[in-house]
Amino acid sequence: MQVNDNKEFQPLIVAFCCNWCSYAGADLSGTNRLNYPTNVKIIRVPCSCRVNPMFILRAFQKGADGVILCGCHPGDCHYTSGNYFTRRRMTLLFSMLDFLGIERDRTRVEWVSAAEGAKFAATMNEFTEAVKKLGPNRRLEDLRCRKQ
Amino acid sequence: MQRIGVFVCHCGTNIAATVDVKTVAETLGKEPGVVISQDYQYMCSESGQNLVKDAIKEHNLTGIVICSCSPRMHENTFRKAAAAAGLNPYLVEIANIREQCSWIHKEIATATEKAVILGRAAIAKVHLNAPLTAGESPVVKKALVIGGGIAGIQTALDIAEAGFDVDIVEKNPTIGGKMAQIDKTFPTLDCAACILTPKMVEASQNERITIRSFSEVTDVKGFVGNFTVKIKKKARYVDETKCTGCGLCTEKCPMKKVPNEFNMGLDNRSAVYIPFAQAVPKVATIDPNYCMMLKTGKCGVCSKVCSVGAINYKQQDEIIEEKYGAIIVATGFNPISLDKYDEFAYGQSPDVVTSLELERLMNAAGPNGGTLLRPSDKTHPHTIVFVQCVGSRCDDSKGKPYCSKICCMYTAKHAMLIREKYPDTEVYVFYIDVRTPGKNFDEFYRRAVEQYNVHYIKGMVGKVTPKSDGKIDVQASDLLANEQLHINADMVVLAAAIEPDKTARPLATMLTTQMDTNDFFTEAHPKLRPVESATAGIFLSGACQGPKDIPETVAQASAAAAKAIGLLCKNSITCNPCVAHSNELMCNGCSSCEKVCPYGAITYIDKEFRMPDRTTKVRRVASVNPAVCQGCGACTVACPSGAMDLNGFSNSQIMAEVDAICK
Ligand code: FES
Repeated sequence: MQVNDNKEFQPLIVAFCCNWCSYAGADLSGTNRLNYPTNVKIIRVPCSCRVNPMFILRAFQKGADGVILCGCHPGDCHYTSGNYFTRRRMTLLFSMLDFLGIERDRTRVEWVSAAEGAKFAATMNEFTEAVKKLGPNRRLEDLRCRKQ
Repeated sequence: MQRIGVFVCHCGTNIAATVDVKTVAETLGKEPGVVISQDYQYMCSESGQNLVKDAIKEHNLTGIVICSCSPRMHENTFRKAAAAAGLNPYLVEIANIREQCSWIHKEIATATEKAVILGRAAIAKVHLNAPLTAGESPVVKKALVIGGGIAGIQTALDIAEAGFDVDIVEKNPTIGGKMAQIDKTFPTLDCAACILTPKMVEASQNERITIRSFSEVTDVKGFVGNFTVKIKKKARYVDETKCTGCGLCTEKCPMKKVPNEFNMGLDNRSAVYIPFAQAVPKVATIDPNYCMMLKTGKCGVCSKVCSVGAINYKQQDEIIEEKYGAIIVATGFNPISLDKYDEFAYGQSPDVVTSLELERLMNAAGPNGGTLLRPSDKTHPHTIVFVQCVGSRCDDSKGKPYCSKICCMYTAKHAMLIREKYPDTEVYVFYIDVRTPGKNFDEFYRRAVEQYNVHYIKGMVGKVTPKSDGKIDVQASDLLANEQLHINADMVVLAAAIEPDKTARPLATMLTTQMDTNDFFTEAHPKLRPVESATAGIFLSGACQGPKDIPETVAQASAAAAKAIGLLCKNSITCNPCVAHSNELMCNGCSSCEKVCPYGAITYIDKEFRMPDRTTKVRRVASVNPAVCQGCGACTVACPSGAMDLNGFSNSQIMAEVDAICK
């Protein structure tokens, strides 16, 4: 994938990964040399429940085109119940974002275990494609934040 | 003013082949606050670390960013290096440009661009890092073992041997567990009681071991090294300290029609009872569901015959609170209930029994004194059919998906014992697969087939029908001969699947440990940490973690003890400093954080605040116990006023990363 060679739209995707499962899953897809686009930039958080909706809003405001949140499978959270909070919070947040015009396909929660390197790569490929189809996020982007 | 150092690793060609490390180092060197930016072949090597250390000293750095492999790999290495150079280890950030960049991308241009962005995010974060110091918390030098079967006994003995105090909490009136009910053990065929009961006695006589029988854990608070546990001592209506276990009360008790759970309900006991002759502690217990005195107030025979006056009808449940440094779970297993298996006629005919019932029927201390007789008419059975995998390896909702592991071996044992004692009895075993991995196990099974002529038939039993003449018709298929069989049997023995004890799940909730979907406790790592739970200070012993035979159980019990001893040996443990803290000026004491905390680390305190007009005001504010908090951050998001924040992953740090990535 080339940055602006054929002027194809390159979305910016922020991925929040919990330290115990998904971040390790992302590492595993690296260890197994499974490709996914450079568009995805990962931020490590201790648990998926550490992700404040504010972080996601901020990302969109600063020009991200998609945000994906990855955590341990339900029941497997290192902190026992964190991802249940995530699931509830994000269901609410995403429906609110949808209402504001951030399409459902721009946001996603995915459970990726430390053993699922292949799933991580596949998810990122899929998600990037989906966001690419939607085009740039214009709804929430704060133009004052945009790079000149 | 921050003085940040950036160190970009080539990792040989692992990174350098796809990421232009020189450009990365150069570009990041221009970031605000960065005073030195270098690249090196192997940053994690001795000389690489020295490069970092020297730079810290020379440039008086206030934070460093290492662009290298995953922080899961070398974060600790670089934290140690920083500490050695006098920089707080928590002022180190790692940008993962190997696993999450060079290894997954192919284009040098885009990969380099991404590496720069990841580096920038780490720099933005390290700007806001605060020096943290890991606290220490003392270790209570005493262990709690939950469950008094062979696993619990072995663990307790090993810990006591090492010189630490241990309490065993057992829910039944005696320790011994399932092994006490077993007749003989495979593959050596020695008597289970002969090897178990000396251990039970040893446990009761060891001055470092306290056996709390007929008790249950009701509440667990605290954390590794410092658990506070509430134990309910159930009323047994007998003063343990006075009872001598003479058994006179059990003889004289007029209520003799209570199903005897030790013999799997195959005979009866009295309302006041001692489970079995070698019970430890050997103390009588009154069953309140059957005792006439407790139910109607009329009787009192036992208190009249007791020469030491141990009977106390007014005894109440008692709650004891104790502190422990380590907890070992040894809650064991049970055979599943066969209610759902109508096709095997369990419950329709007394001559269809489970394997554990057969153990009792064959045991010299069992209901028939060791002679194998049909429960229905007490006649000698001439044809016995064993059905394997009843409820094991089932895909449907009726059974369990896993293999119960011990059934193949104990069935071979039963078949062999029966053929040896009663050569005129024909024994059939219906199996799906015979699984006998283990030392001397396959030889043992082959002996059953070749030497003892047990008829092993590969196939499933379709239906078991009790007939009017007292016989049982067993309809089955022989898969190898491809034919349908009817066997006219006298007894049918079902190898019921085993499942974790019912008390395990509520206990897991109290201990905040994980369980799998079958309610077996989950180990911290399936290969490398098989006896620890993911929760620090909680260890797993025996069949509560998965189906196991006796030698494996004992091995795991000793392993769990070794791990617990390792913990108890320490005077104090260092805690993770990346924990939550609340800003008391912003906190309004709403309790939102307390509700989401999985560890109960948050409490509320009343604190005095000085108001601008010089008055003081008392407000309720949250306070986090840093030794209990594990740093998940659930509270930080739940807090409506933004008062809660997490060390190492603060709101502003993550925001800064988001900003750096989205720039
Ligand atoms: S630790 Fe992975 S979701 Fe909680």
